[in-house]
Amino acid sequence: MTPSNSLRQILPIVFLAAQLAFPLVYKRMEARGKAAVAGDPSTALARYGFRFQESAKAAGIDFTHAAATFDPKLRHIMPQVASMGAAVSIVDFDRDGWPDIYVTNSAEGSRNALYRNLGDGTFRDVAADVGLADVNLPGTGVSTGAVWGDYDNDGFEDVLIYKWGKPELFHNDGGKHFTRVTEQAGLPPWVNANSAVWFDYDHDGKLDLFLAGYYPEDVDLWHLKNTRIMPESFEYARNGGRKYLFHNLGGGRFEEVSARMGIDSRRWALAAVAADLRGTGYPDLFVANDYGVSEVYFNEGGKRFREAGKETGIGAAPKSGMNAAVGDVLNQGRFGIYVSNISEEGVLVQGNNLWMPRTGTSGANIRYDNMATAMGVDLGGWSFGAQFGDLNNDGFLDLYAVNGNVSLDRNRSYWYDYSKVAGGNRAIISDAANWPPLDGRSLSGYQQKRVWINDGAGQFKEVAQFVGVTDVYDGRSIALADFRNRGVLDAVVANERGPLLLYLNTVSPDNRWIELELEGRQSNRSAIGAQVKVIWNGQQQVQEVSGGSGFCAQNQRRLHFGLGKTTGIDKVEIRWPSGKTQTIAAPLLNQMHKAVEPS
Amino acid sequence: MSAGFATAAQPKPKSALGRFFSAENRYLSPLFITLILLVGNLSFGLLESFSRTLLAIGTALVLEVVLGRWFWGRIPNLASAYITGISVGILLRSPEYWPYALCSAIAITSKYALRVRGRHIWNPSNFAICAMLVLAPEFVAALSIQWGNTVWPMVVIWVLGAFIVYRVQRFHITAAYVVSFVALALLRTLVTGHAFLAEVAPITGPMYQLFIFFMITDPKTTVTPKRAQVLVAILVAVAELILRLAHVVNAPFFALTIVGPAAMLVEILRPKPPSLYRPA
Repeated sequence: MTPSNSLRQILPIVFLAAQLAFPLVYKRMEARGKAAVAGDPSTALARYGFRFQESAKAAGIDFTHAAATFDPKLRHIMPQVASMGAAVSIVDFDRDGWPDIYVTNSAEGSRNALYRNLGDGTFRDVAADVGLADVNLPGTGVSTGAVWGDYDNDGFEDVLIYKWGKPELFHNDGGKHFTRVTEQAGLPPWVNANSAVWFDYDHDGKLDLFLAGYYPEDVDLWHLKNTRIMPESFEYARNGGRKYLFHNLGGGRFEEVSARMGIDSRRWALAAVAADLRGTGYPDLFVANDYGVSEVYFNEGGKRFREAGKETGIGAAPKSGMNAAVGDVLNQGRFGIYVSNISEEGVLVQGNNLWMPRTGTSGANIRYDNMATAMGVDLGGWSFGAQFGDLNNDGFLDLYAVNGNVSLDRNRSYWYDYSKVAGGNRAIISDAANWPPLDGRSLSGYQQKRVWINDGAGQFKEVAQFVGVTDVYDGRSIALADFRNRGVLDAVVANERGPLLLYLNTVSPDNRWIELELEGRQSNRSAIGAQVKVIWNGQQQVQEVSGGSGFCAQNQRRLHFGLGKTTGIDKVEIRWPSGKTQTIAAPLLNQMHKAVEPS
Repeated sequence: MSAGFATAAQPKPKSALGRFFSAENRYLSPLFITLILLVGNLSFGLLESFSRTLLAIGTALVLEVVLGRWFWGRIPNLASAYITGISVGILLRSPEYWPYALCSAIAITSKYALRVRGRHIWNPSNFAICAMLVLAPEFVAALSIQWGNTVWPMVVIWVLGAFIVYRVQRFHITAAYVVSFVALALLRTLVTGHAFLAEVAPITGPMYQLFIFFMITDPKTTVTPKRAQVLVAILVAVAELILRLAHVVNAPFFALTIVGPAAMLVEILRPKPPSLYRPA
């Protein structure tokens, strides 16, 4: 062999070796980058400007979610089928100025809890006292979530408890008691729902309701006619539950108008959020679907919805959507949308989606790009709920995501058997009888949560372990609220078959904040849909009052803005759902401000 | 020997269609895999994004040109590199871009680096995907569920695929593997106690369509005798059985990457019987 022949043959070998080494080098560089953001909770305050401490027990919260037990025909895969139902929503139900916590339970006969914030750092469960505990009676299904909204504009937040079963509407009687008004409202007898949103889609001043089915509504999971109840495809399924849009007629009555309004989908919805995505003044509706693409319904002036998933780019690549939260991620006055999916090493790496509006597109021509990978918020394990919030008050929205599907035997995984069937033909995958038994194995269990802090320049850093978020429960639903009225966002996490966690936040006092509590007059009294723009130091951030976001969750109604080390705020602009605008000039820093819609 | 006799002994000229659907048509497989890509993406939105697939194809083509020039002193026919790139673009799943480029690069480079007596022994895309699954599982997965589970697009691909591999004289490989898989699925059912449909489910998925029509039939990395090809296909299925019983998620890829080169080595290194014909 001539030297040139040797070189000719050796060079590709060297080249191949270098290529094979690349992933190792890449991972090492990533690990080095992570080491640079390392630390421990004791140094987190100095490094990141905040730290969490789990404090549920100390605050008097002792709640453990119990999962449902369905028809024995599903016994072999019960933990996987009954893997949802832990949900949390925030409300100040008695208008005492302290945010309270409502949490759902999912075993038949189990009780939901309403933790009243006593204002002294402790909570007390008053669900039974006010009539919101005993809502999981056998034969009625079990809770999967709750959303709060003042549908009759009497000043007190009412609640829809959605279930895999009969949805229930409760009227808030002056913050003292709740009265069940389901029948008067005209809600359907059975919906296997995993998401609902209050919003006033037509700006008539009355809150309407979107309710999204997961399993078809003719499936009673406790009394199955047969086992052909599963999705027909892991990513292209259209055999899920129907969607409902209830138009508020006033007087506690609702009319179902989904077909008339252009909402007709049988995808497997797991999350929904309403927000004005295009600056039209009307709330659009984003739906994250399991086993398929997400959908975005553009609101055509309150007259009709138009599904625009494909044309906007959001409906292109199907995944396992499990969360829908919006946030002005880059302080540009435009909402990004965060959708969680599934990532499991070497098996299924979907990556979560952060849909950001494409530069140069807006209004009817708005387009979205998935920037999750570029911005560092893509890999979150088997992700469920996530919420945007400025956790360190630095002026940029951070992201807290929970994850973990089924944590049973740590050393044995169900993934092989799961993937075996998940890729199969419709006739196979859709029949639960074909699914191999779970047999005590985990399916993406014991996962570490993600707390991503936003540097404001398009990059997020994951710091969960370093700021005190160390639990590995099967996280489902997360909500953010300032439980101590101190200008910091705390987090409450509902875990499937696990405890309700309360992460109290300590934030560097150097960073300033402002909070706004809005009350509509011509608009709905909850002010859901009102947009607030805070302008300071040449920056701006927009937030919108929401009637439900994340996964089976609802943040506090009050809007929280971190402002960094600013010395003042230029102004606050409020755009009410009615179209009225209001400006608050130079509001005081580090204060909670109340704003009532001008007449 | 008359001219007329000589003419009569020659094979009958093929029609244009016959020439198109023949083993000599090097563009048949690229056309077919492009068809799969288009059907999959137009009907189901199969791809994470076209840009990632184009990156995989582009990397494969560029490297084939560069390495071909370096290794052979000429630019090889690019049909094979195109198939490699498109296979990577379909079979690899990652939210990142770099795995697509790297996987294609590993596939093409392996053809030039891993050679025994002048023949490369691994199916390039199979080797590269296995390498990525082992070295970078945090970032990649193989196509498993990202395709619709309805019947008709799959039937079209199966019928067309079977016809094409038949025309290019590789149908026996595909058939041997499929029959073995189904038979061994029955065996797995007896071992695991799971439903037969659960065990047979994977082969109804999209990944197998590429696997059985493109990977295990690759002329460059399969042994020569027809019976040996059938035997190797059966052995791949048997290796896959063992891996599946060990709960290896990407069992078919790893089975082929183990059995394929072993079979090639046996063929390459086995002493050849003395040839009856020796040129003067």
